[in-house]
Amino acid sequence: MHPILTAKNLSRHFNSLKAVDGIGFSVAKGECFGFLGPNGAGKTTTIKMIYGVLPPSGGELHIFDLPVQERLREIKRRLGVVMQKDILEETVSAWDNMLMQGRYYGFDKKYIHERGKYLLEMLALLDRADEPVFHYSGGMKRRLSIAKGLLNEPELLLLDEPTTGLDPQARHLLWAKLGEIKKKGTSILLTTHYMHEAEFLCDRLVVIDHGKIIAEGTPKGLVEKYGCKNLEEVFLELTGRDLRE
Amino acid sequence: MKFIWWPGVKSIWRRNALMYSKTWMLNLLPNFFEPVFFLIGLGLGVGYYIQQMGGLPYPVFLAPGLIAIAAMNGASFESTYNVYVRMNYNRVYDGILATPVNDKEIVLGEILWAITRSVIYGGAFLVITTLFGLVPSFWAFMIIPVLILTGYLFAAIGMAFSFSIPAIDLFSVYFTLFLTPLMIFSDTFFPIQERLGSWAWVAEVNPLFHCVRLMRDFAMGRFSSVMIWDLAYITAVAVLFHWLSLKQFRKRIHQPAR
Repeated sequence: MHPILTAKNLSRHFNSLKAVDGIGFSVAKGECFGFLGPNGAGKTTTIKMIYGVLPPSGGELHIFDLPVQERLREIKRRLGVVMQKDILEETVSAWDNMLMQGRYYGFDKKYIHERGKYLLEMLALLDRADEPVFHYSGGMKRRLSIAKGLLNEPELLLLDEPTTGLDPQARHLLWAKLGEIKKKGTSILLTTHYMHEAEFLCDRLVVIDHGKIIAEGTPKGLVEKYGCKNLEEVFLELTGRDLRE
Repeated sequence: MKFIWWPGVKSIWRRNALMYSKTWMLNLLPNFFEPVFFLIGLGLGVGYYIQQMGGLPYPVFLAPGLIAIAAMNGASFESTYNVYVRMNYNRVYDGILATPVNDKEIVLGEILWAITRSVIYGGAFLVITTLFGLVPSFWAFMIIPVLILTGYLFAAIGMAFSFSIPAIDLFSVYFTLFLTPLMIFSDTFFPIQERLGSWAWVAEVNPLFHCVRLMRDFAMGRFSSVMIWDLAYITAVAVLFHWLSLKQFRKRIHQPAR
């Protein structure tokens, strides 16, 4: 199938630091594509290049067949982004957060209300959508971030470590919701360092370390290829057991 | 990405308007009182001992400068602490940059909101001083466009500073060592150029000086070609710092991922 995103020899340097060092990958339409790697591997830098806030130092990056830096506004209209840390206005309600988000796209109040209601309901937030966000649990805040990211009906959703810091209950609920979103045809690019998450959600994935892709395949395929018990063993085999601090 | 997408600029302004509509009693109201205290304390207190200042009754001399200071404070609080917190603690701009709104529009939207605060404070103070009979001329309505320009000036300077500093503590330097001397030597409290004698031109460096002189001229209904110089100086400094704000903002957002 024709890819929705292609990266060729993509790199980003910060002075002498090669945060991303010549990576190539593509995401197919309707697919959930995983970006696995330890802390500091280059995952977030890649995400930031995809939504255009960091211009690449080299290589090519196309989304929806458009070059990212040149056609950024068009691309961002069709892209949903959920950051690693929730960016929410905690003193106001979920509704107000959705309203502000919708205005960044130039949507009118009626559309924001209709789409917002649908999303808040799907993500199990509608009952408490009038409360200020600081009342919410970590899981609810993360689901609100995802609702914001879906407000513009994106064709591709970027999720940067979506379940980091959540308890197992909240994580499992979120996985179920992300499964629903994928089923409705939204392509997903997800970064994570939870192997169980990658096995559960991703159709294909790459393992990235020190800015380079060191393995790629399906979760099952990788486990078989490296003769390990599970993906976590593969990951440790590939990236080593040293602490990343 | 060359052009400005105005709905994006407006969305930034409306974001701030929505946030303040919830907390205006705490966040907007207190700043308003500072010039009121100056007017009462200096105008009535000091004014009691002084017959005339710059050829005018002291409260009349004081009023236009205090309007300019109110406008300066409005834009300054917004473009320093508030912008800094949005940028570094609440990471608001990181979120917005993932939407169709771009860096130029964020900076412009923030400046327009800071100008709004300047016009609210300065305008409220203009109304109060007019009611007290301290603004003699009908031409005083022309102070409103000067409030917009004063807001633009201090929004741009404040944002350029906010986007350049490594820690929030540095705002005390900005307020104490930058804004306070600008205010004291601005022509608001005494005719500074008379005191400076042959060094009078030094006062012209101070951008607030030009705002005060313009506002006093309009309040008195005086017109001269110097006003064109005042307008040009304020605009030039504001545009320069607007450009610098954008440059520093871009530098900030292009830093490595944390």
